[in-house]
This record gives sequence, structure tokens and C-alpha cells, in this order.
Amino acid sequence: MNDALAIDVRGMTKRFGSLVAVDHIDLQVRQGEIHGFLGPNGSGKTTFIRMLCGLLKPDDGHGICLDHNVITQSEAIKRQVGYMTQRFSFWEDLSIRENLDFIGRMYGIAHRRQAVHDAMRRLGLENRQHQLAGSLSGGWKQRLALAACMIHRPRLLLLDEPTAGVDPVARREFWDEIHALAEEGLTFLITTHYMDEAERCHRLAFIAAGRMLTRGSLDEVVADSKLVTWAVNGPDLQKLIAPLQRQPGVEQATVFGNSLHVSGINPSEVYRAITPYQRKPYFWRQVEPSLEDVFVHLMTRKAVPQ
Amino acid sequence: MRRDRLTFGMMIGIPLLQLIIFGYAINSDPKHLPTAVLLADDGPHVRTILSAMKNSGYFDLTLLASSETQARQLLARGQVQFVISIPPDFTRDLLRGDRPTVLVEADASDPAATSNALAAMKTIMNGSLRADLKGPTASLNASDGPIHLAVHGLYNPEAITQYNIIPGLMGVVLTMTMVMITSVAITRESERGTMENLLAMPTRPLEVLIGKIIPYTLVGYVQMGLILLAAYFIFDVYVTGSYLLLLAISLPFICANLGVGITFSTIARNQLQALQMSFFFFLPSLLLSGFMFPFRGMPQWAQTIGQMLPLTHYLRVVRGITLKASGLGDIVFELWPIGVFLVLSLAVGVARYRRTLD
Repeated sequence: MNDALAIDVRGMTKRFGSLVAVDHIDLQVRQGEIHGFLGPNGSGKTTFIRMLCGLLKPDDGHGICLDHNVITQSEAIKRQVGYMTQRFSFWEDLSIRENLDFIGRMYGIAHRRQAVHDAMRRLGLENRQHQLAGSLSGGWKQRLALAACMIHRPRLLLLDEPTAGVDPVARREFWDEIHALAEEGLTFLITTHYMDEAERCHRLAFIAAGRMLTRGSLDEVVADSKLVTWAVNGPDLQKLIAPLQRQPGVEQATVFGNSLHVSGINPSEVYRAITPYQRKPYFWRQVEPSLEDVFVHLMTRKAVPQ
Repeated sequence: MRRDRLTFGMMIGIPLLQLIIFGYAINSDPKHLPTAVLLADDGPHVRTILSAMKNSGYFDLTLLASSETQARQLLARGQVQFVISIPPDFTRDLLRGDRPTVLVEADASDPAATSNALAAMKTIMNGSLRADLKGPTASLNASDGPIHLAVHGLYNPEAITQYNIIPGLMGVVLTMTMVMITSVAITRESERGTMENLLAMPTRPLEVLIGKIIPYTLVGYVQMGLILLAAYFIFDVYVTGSYLLLLAISLPFICANLGVGITFSTIARNQLQALQMSFFFFLPSLLLSGFMFPFRGMPQWAQTIGQMLPLTHYLRVVRGITLKASGLGDIVFELWPIGVFLVLSLAVGVARYRRTLD
């Protein structure tokens, strides 16, 4: 990772009729960084990514993406960007090899056979190279998609929910691969709904309803939220939820396995709320808020007044 | 249905279109057929015959041919349906009772276009002379009539319908399949989501459209080959002109249809709409091009619409090459409307092709 920016855009805005899908979003991503992009469904993540790679025309905004003007030079940007769509969007009636070969042709890459071969080897697709893309399972489709969007050796990969519907083993392998690629200097902007994946990103950005809520590393995001979380263990935790949620200052009361997390912004209010229950058989301790606590906190607090 | 306006429109539009075409445009008793006259005698009886023909409504005497060669060329190019030759000394022979021969050459490549007019011809001619031949010449109105009418049905003398239909079918099949195949080409990409990928790659609209068209021209040629083989071996329809010319000239026609399909494809939001649009194009092509019903039988407005459709011109070209052994010179003026159509449809396609997902 170095300090040069792969993406440096400001004020990116996209409207669909009266709906402002992306509302003046700034984003800086360093080269070689894995940048997570989080937000609830319909918050504008996909729209933002599509604007970066020239699939949608921004209504407002300016900036640089891979040394090119993000507004006027989208054709040049397309050549250096790999975009993995949220929905599998390769040709289902072509085999893995044919898909990769076709994409290679579209980018007009040199030594196409070698590039296709390398891409398949890298992602372990060789044994299935003649299988039709339509008959692949989710995990293999996702590998094909990753191989396909890297065939032209892009400098930046935009991955839109790349692991939706993929099993944990395949997801783990996928993320290992991404870290290896980032090590080689590739930059990633990845949207996800999985908190464990978000925790594997170097930096994160949260958006909701088209607005940027917070940005930074995992620790910064958690610290910035100023969230205080208490965890409680004990029997029948479910019964505590309703009374706790009614207390002022308690934003969330959610069961995680054997414990209940109670979170809020104001430490004294949260403490006051749990005081009546600080007795046997309950066992309380203050914990570091999880990313999910922060996520829910951000979404409930700032997305609602829209 | 309320949300799919196009489907709704088609449900109303298709029956309306059919009502209008079948109700107003189609006429199986074509009149006002362009006729050239080759006069070697212009006596008063000749004028009687000619004006009677004109008054019958079947014949429009549009041209006075100056030579046999010119008259033949007019027929070959389809500019006239009939050529009527009045022999020299017609008046003298008529009055002598020698029953002079009036030669009628008809472009019989479409039997339906000429049969009624030809059937009426003998009655018209003899009847008209009956008024002229009175008193001492009344005896000439013998049972056979005062003149002898020789009818030559050129290009399809036996009036075999297949000779007209089979070559035309080539155009119809190409119109139907070519438009249909490409009309779903882009919509399918959008529906399956692969369009997003295609747009994310550095491709230009014209590249995509041409990439969609070229493979299907081969399909078009395969279909043509199939029909030509069937024509030859099953229906005994032989191409009297040049096969090479036929194949060469089919290329702009195939491309024009593919261009229409591609254009539909950029407009339609799903494959069903695309197919409905191609049907909306196919129906008038089939009915107003002269394939099913004689072109000259239709009212002027229908002919004008027909003239805009590539199939109309292609039919003339195919029939010309197959039946009349037309050379390039005879058909070249049918090619430019196809060319214009091709360029326009592609231009609309390129203009409508969205480079972004907006």
C-alpha cells in the first residue's frame, strides 16, 4: 500500500427522477488498498460503483479515477477497471474458457491464450474450463466472475457484493485471494453485507440513503461511533429485550448467541438503563462494540430521518 | 398488462392493422395496370380499341413504346404489366376481314395480377369494335370477332403460382427470421444482465450492433440455400438469371432486416416486446409487399407504404432474377430503397443504443 490515490472523487451525485440515489459522496481509496463499502440495500452502493466505471453518468461530482477524469474519460477508465456485477452477468451458454476468451477479445488484450490460461490457473478453473457457465454453482460462478474481471490486468477492481450466496469456505478462499492480489498492488472497492468481510478490509465507508455516514479503518469507525455496549449473560435473555428497549438511551438490545448486547450513545443513560438488571442471575460486562452494532447504530440513527 | 403499455398497444394495434390492410388495401382484382402500346398503325379503329381498354379500368395506357426492344425492357423491369402491339396495316386487314392479330404481352410472373385483365381483354376489344363496325362492315363481327387476340404470358406462361410464390418466399422467410432473431439480441443481453458487463467493457455501439448482425447474415444465406434447393428439387422452380447476382443482392436485404431487428432490440424492454414489434413489422411486409396480393391492386397509400418496405423491392429483384433472368441493370433501381432502409434502421439502432445503464 502506498499513499497514491487510485480513486479520489468528490461530490458524486446521481438522481433518478426525484430520488437522489447518491448524494454528494466523496471517496478516496489508496492504491493497493482493500476498501469496504457498506450500507443497507438501496443505499446507493451499486449506483456509486456504476458511476465510477462509466456505466452511469453522474449528475454532479468530479475527481480522478486511476489518473483519469471520472466524468470525461470513462472509456479510458473502463480499460483499467475490472467490475464484478452484483448479479452474475456472464454468458451462461458459453463455457468458462469461452467466456474468458470473449472478454479478452473485447479488451483486445495481447497474448490472449496465455492470459486466459493464467486467469484460469490462478482461480483453479482449469478442470472446469469446458463447463458451461450457466451450470456452475454459486462459488464457481463467483470465481469465474473474478477471473473474468481480471483478465485485462486492471489496476482497480470494483466488486459489488461478490460473495452473496457463497459458502463460508469459498468466501474465505475468495478473501485470501483478494488479499494476495492487493499485496501485488491491486486496489479493491468491495461492497458487502457481511460484517466479517468488512472486518477484513483495510478501510471502510458506510453509506445510507445516498449519503456518506462514516469512513475510516475498522477501529476508527468503531471509535467514531462513540457507541457504548454492554453484554449480559444469563437465563431467559429474551425477556429483557422489551423492557430494555423502552429505556431512554438504549438504541439496541440484540441477542448474540448466549449474550445480549445493549448499546447506546450516552454511557450514563445506558448504565442507568441496565442498573435494575445488574443482579443475579445476570452477569454484565462492558464490551467493545462489534462492527454490526455500529452498522445497526448508524443505519437506525441516520438513515431513518429520510 | 396495465404496466406493459406496448403489449396492450399490440393487442389493439394488431387487429386494427389487419382490419385496415385486409379491409382497404387488399384487392384481388387489380385495375389500372400500367400498359405500354407499340403502334404500327394508328387508324380510328385502333383508337377505339385503346380507349375501350382505358375505359374498362383495367389498363392505364402509360407509355407509347417506340420499339420492340424498349417494350421488352419495360416488361423486364416491371415498369409495365402489359405491352399491346398493333401490327402494321391493322386497319386495312380489319376491314378486309383478315382478322388482324393484336399481340398482348403480359408480365405473367404473378398470375393473380394479370388474369382478370386478360380475361376481360377479348370482350373489351371485340365489343368496342362492334360499335364501329356497322352497316356494310357489320358482317365482320363474326362469331370469332373481327380481330385475333394473341396473348403471350411472359416469364410464367403456364401461370404456375409456385413460380411466383417460391422465389418470393425467400424474401418472406428472410424478413420473418432475420428481424425476429436480432430483435431479441440486445434485449436478451439486458434481460440476462450480461448487458451490464458488455457496457463495462470498452466496446463501441456500432461494434456491438455489427457483431450481432454479421453472424446472422450467414444464417440468412443458409436459409436461402435451403429454399433454393427445395425450389430446384421439389418445386421445379429454376433460377433463370444468375445465382451469383441473386446471392450478392440478398446481402443488403438481409442486413436491412437485421438492422430493423437490432433497432427493435434497442427499443424493446424485454424479449416479448421485441417479438411483438417484429410481428408488427412483418405483417405489413407480408401483406403490402406484393407477396400475397398483387402490388398494383392496392390503393395508392398502401402502395406508398409498400414502397418503403425492403421486402417489396427484394421481391421484385428475386422474381426478376428467377423468372425474367434480370441482370444487374434491370434491378439496380430496386436496390437503393433497400440501401436507404438499411442505413436508416442502423442509424436509429446506433442512436437508440444506450452506452450507459441510465
